[in-house]
Amino acid sequence: MNDKQEVTKAERQSDTPALLPRVDVFEDGTGITLLADLPGVAKDKLTLRVEGDTLQLEGEISPETPANMEAVYAELHLPRYRRAFTLSSELDTDKVNAQFKDGVLTLRIPKHAHAQPRKIEVKIV
Amino acid sequence: MYESLLNFPGGLFADFDRLQRELQQAFGAVGQPSSIRAVASGTFPSINVGSTPGSVEIYAFAPGIDPSKLDVQIDRGVLTLSGERPSALPSGDERQAVYASERFSGRFRRTVSLPEDIDPDRVTANYRDGVLHISVSRRESAQPKRVEIK
Repeated sequence: MNDKQEVTKAERQSDTPALLPRVDVFEDGTGITLLADLPGVAKDKLTLRVEGDTLQLEGEISPETPANMEAVYAELHLPRYRRAFTLSSELDTDKVNAQFKDGVLTLRIPKHAHAQPRKIEVKIV
Repeated sequence: MYESLLNFPGGLFADFDRLQRELQQAFGAVGQPSSIRAVASGTFPSINVGSTPGSVEIYAFAPGIDPSKLDVQIDRGVLTLSGERPSALPSGDERQAVYASERFSGRFRRTVSLPEDIDPDRVTANYRDGVLHISVSRRESAQPKRVEIK
């Protein structure tokens, strides 16, 4: 019963409308790099989750606004960002490196050592 | 090979969202009259404007920019912010594959028309968590005053 409640709560959380952060994704021989624009998100309001093969990033925007401010014009009209990616098995999710500076998240997801390209030397006998 | 990485859940609506964003960027919003200096949303950086009795607050969502390279000017009631954001994508290396390049790069310039009662000499700007917050005070004479009854 308790488990079920938790599940519905989690579902509701991912149903709340959120902005889709813009990302850059590129890959080299040793892994994948992902950059995401999350302006307005403080470091402690950013959550990164890897569940199975899904990577989810979520951040809440917390700008310092004066108490008596009325919005006049808004292009950013939701208080949070959310986006999820499916990872493939050769990526090593235990060694994800995350940096967050000036609203830009940089994620480095390395490949498992056995999935990295190896150069095989040919010996002439 | 890594298509799966970009295949996010709820992809259909997210795709519509992106399509709409791109269409708006290409053609501008249709319908309602807008300010003569209005720009289609989706341009970089996104801007939110708020108003208090004593000031006008402008928030520009410009992540990953060196604040010293941001230029903010107020000229005759028009606030202009401009700068440049370098591309983060690898260049020239053939062994790297790019799967998504949605983040803005290059030079940008945006303008905001300010109300007439602002005081261009009392402006503060600070940059935090990728958001440039500009606060422009209104002139004292324009602020509401309580009249005392004697």
